[in-house]
Amino acid sequence: MTDTHYDRAAGDTSTLSQARGWVPSGVVLYTVGLLLAIILTATSFWAANTSLLWGPGVPLGLAVLAIAQIGVHLVFFLHITTGRDNTNNVLALAFGMLIVILVIGGSLWIVTNLNANMMPSAEPMNLQMQR
Amino acid sequence: MSIAVTFDEVGHQTLPSASEAGPAPKRIVVAYGFWIFLLSDIVMFSALFAAYAVLVHATAGGLAGAQLFNQRSAAIETACLLASSYTCGLMSLAISSRRHAATYLFALLTFVLGAAFLALELHEFANMIAIGATPQSSAFLSAFFTLVGCHGLHVTAGLIWLVVMMAQVVIQGFRPAVVRRLLCFALFWHALDIIWVGLFTVVYLMGVAS
Amino acid sequence: MNILGKLDWSAIPFDQPIVMGATGGMVLGIVLVLSWIVLGGHLPYLWREWITSVDHKRIGVMYIILALVMLLRGFSDAIMMRSQQAIAAGGAQGYLPPEHFDQVFSAHGTIMIFFMAMPFVIGLMNFVVPLQLGVRDMAFPTMNSVALGLTASGILLTNISLAVGEFAKTGWVAYPPLSELQFSPGVGVDYYLWALQISGIGTLMTGINFVTTILKTRAPGMGYMRMPVFCWTALASNLLMVAAFPVLTATFAMLLLDRYLGFHFFSVDGQGNPMMYVNLFWVWGHPEVYILILPAFGVFSEVISTFSGKPLFGYRSMVAATMVICVLSFLVWLHHFFTMGASADVNGFFGVMTMIIAVPTGVKVFNWLFTMYGGRVRFTVPVLWSLGFMVTFVIGGMTGVLMAVPPADFQVHNSVFLIAHFHNVIIGGVVFGALAGFNYWFPKAFGFRLDERWGKAAFWCWLVGFYVAFMPLYALGLMGMTRRMQHYDDKSWQPFLIVAAIGVAIIMMGIVCQIIQLIVSIRAREQLRVGDDPWNGRTLEWSTASPPPAWNFSILPQVAGADAFWTAKQQAERNPEHHDQSSQYRPIEMPRSSPLGFINAFFAVITGFALIWHIWWMAGLGLIGAFMTFLFFAFRDEEEVEVPVEQIAQFERRHRAELVAP
Repeated sequence: MTDTHYDRAAGDTSTLSQARGWVPSGVVLYTVGLLLAIILTATSFWAANTSLLWGPGVPLGLAVLAIAQIGVHLVFFLHITTGRDNTNNVLALAFGMLIVILVIGGSLWIVTNLNANMMPSAEPMNLQMQR
Repeated sequence: MSIAVTFDEVGHQTLPSASEAGPAPKRIVVAYGFWIFLLSDIVMFSALFAAYAVLVHATAGGLAGAQLFNQRSAAIETACLLASSYTCGLMSLAISSRRHAATYLFALLTFVLGAAFLALELHEFANMIAIGATPQSSAFLSAFFTLVGCHGLHVTAGLIWLVVMMAQVVIQGFRPAVVRRLLCFALFWHALDIIWVGLFTVVYLMGVAS
Repeated sequence: MNILGKLDWSAIPFDQPIVMGATGGMVLGIVLVLSWIVLGGHLPYLWREWITSVDHKRIGVMYIILALVMLLRGFSDAIMMRSQQAIAAGGAQGYLPPEHFDQVFSAHGTIMIFFMAMPFVIGLMNFVVPLQLGVRDMAFPTMNSVALGLTASGILLTNISLAVGEFAKTGWVAYPPLSELQFSPGVGVDYYLWALQISGIGTLMTGINFVTTILKTRAPGMGYMRMPVFCWTALASNLLMVAAFPVLTATFAMLLLDRYLGFHFFSVDGQGNPMMYVNLFWVWGHPEVYILILPAFGVFSEVISTFSGKPLFGYRSMVAATMVICVLSFLVWLHHFFTMGASADVNGFFGVMTMIIAVPTGVKVFNWLFTMYGGRVRFTVPVLWSLGFMVTFVIGGMTGVLMAVPPADFQVHNSVFLIAHFHNVIIGGVVFGALAGFNYWFPKAFGFRLDERWGKAAFWCWLVGFYVAFMPLYALGLMGMTRRMQHYDDKSWQPFLIVAAIGVAIIMMGIVCQIIQLIVSIRAREQLRVGDDPWNGRTLEWSTASPPPAWNFSILPQVAGADAFWTAKQQAERNPEHHDQSSQYRPIEMPRSSPLGFINAFFAVITGFALIWHIWWMAGLGLIGAFMTFLFFAFRDEEEVEVPVEQIAQFERRHRAELVAP
């Protein structure tokens, strides 16, 4: 097999030792990731329960915090970075994320629209459920 | 005349670019393939998420998330899973330096934390069913139990896999194939935590906040 | 609780003569084939060389064998539907009662899409892609075998439904509420769901395998822009498999939960939402048709450039068009349910996107035409299929663009106009492409060509038969005929349907020609023997023996440019040298064969059958069996087999001798 310096496996800890520049030890990386994740998680729980934030903005804030947490996991636990050797991993991730957004966003848009147009009014629905 | 000779006469360029470097080492190939599988699994979860999002208000006159979900329980579950991701990372480091005892220790911790997560989740499900909030009572609850339950099934599968992997380490040691599979397990375990981030945000936090 | 769940003797439809006849024929066929294998002493060879093989070439051939057999099964459904509709006019009821007719059209769609078209293109990709990439096998050879086994399990379950129980009567898409337990209490929908869930796991494995192989294992020097276009279309198709099939898995899982555990995802009560099923189904369903057509496009690119003696025109735009189609295919799915009630803005968005997706396909068609222009085109059988495709697919595509306009679609949705459209593109595109690829790569796989004359006869029968069978349906659709009609009142439709039935008979002659072609070619194989490169090909698969050795290339190629083999041949002509390469042979590590795929498939069938009939203990045993099999495999000591240098050298010596003195 040809030796490639071009490839990094997602989550591959053995490549940590091959990184150029400042080489943080593996434990440090995982610990930093854990601390960041704890902070973000705690913030999420706080944001969902506090009355200090404007109500309608909370879901958006939670979404942003969730994305940040996922990012922390990807970088610190799964070692997905934007380095040259990671291109395939990043591209695959981008493709996956695109599909997720299309499936969830598209379905929500479509089904909400269909519900608004097609769902029967409340009375027949209640009768239906009581059957 | 053999055609094959001409292949060797290809001038060897200086450093080939990444895409021309030839087949990647097996470790890279396996990890990438598993990464693709994980992305497909995330797409499957997204379909379940979509169903949940569409049906979240379809309570059929019954109980909704705000009345049912216990945030404290969700917080402890999140802590368990996050901690198990951390111990899994430490296990990966132990494996890469071929330390048996540390590998077993961190595997055990990961297992215990994962099992704690499952126990809490099952407890939550049991409580809900006991008060009549069964998946058969409304579309919202069908979607909830399926989405969260599917994640729980993945965690269960992961725990079984972890036990099998430790048996492999005991019996076969850190053979290349075993190390590759452990790398895949770690990817899987971290991905489950990523999915849980989405889950607890959308289901528990947004469900209660709204 | 009955120990055999819902299963009892009433499951066998003794009172339905047509079904019993078909079952009898099927069982007889299976018994004859098995007898020939066992009594002829072929079983050890088959087990060792084929069933436990993890060789992509063998697996590819087996996929195609499955596809060809299921083509016959699905086509017999087509004959039944056309003959029924040809006679059931006015007050006539025909010979197929509604409950049977409904199963026929449901089985026809399910079989043709999942068990004929998918295995055919997957089989072609399996055989060709590693050879074109200049590598020895797929990234995950054992998983390849497991995937084949799971596809076969799905096929077996579907065929068992003919004899034991029933098939779905809901159409191949199985919309709720009809597919819910309340309205489909029998086992038919369960057969459909479990067969497809099981084979769907196999398809996902295939997707992962190809994406990894194409992106991570290619010969040295083969950068992305030097890959054959067939590999690019294989990449796009498999990316779609990885992205779309999980959605189908989730959707079917939700329907299964509704049916088995009383959940309310899509049910009418409990505030379920049947429209969500339709939405999610087509999120998968539209990419699925691109999964099928993209490899066919790849075949045409290879065939046309080879037989025009020219490089493919516009390689970069071909690649770009392929990847654009890959992404766009996820942006059009609502056009399958324009009439379900979305507002104009939603319908309009998806209508526009559907029209846009026709553009990259147009780019491809022009590239093929420009490739032929100025070339010296040899009108071989693969080229005939390609030309037939270009005319037929373009017509079908145009009717698709017609239906992309929501107001137009409101007129023809679920009419036989729609039927004509999708058969137009699937037969004209996928089937013609698969048959072109089959004729094109057959010599590489087996070392001898297929008979040209019978091949041409088959092509003309298929082409003429297709138009005679489906053009009347366009007219009928515009006249208002709905799809899936077991009988109809308007007698003015009958002449059209009679013509359509004649068309099916002509296609049947085409299929008969193909069977004869195979028989004739196998018998005359010594006269039809070919060397490495019968077509003067351009890509790497033609640089090795026909059939290739298990290890594909005795020395891995180093690639210098696109159309790697053509480049090498030109250089060889300029610098003719002949030196002995045998000193460069090294021992080759090949993946070890394994019975895992076959045994796992066996347990999959047991589990599926048990779940369908509610035999819970048997389902549990099946799952445990599959798990134990994987455990057993996981602990095996040796993963690879070493091919010694002497074996390689011996093969090459014999190969060279054959080339010199055929």
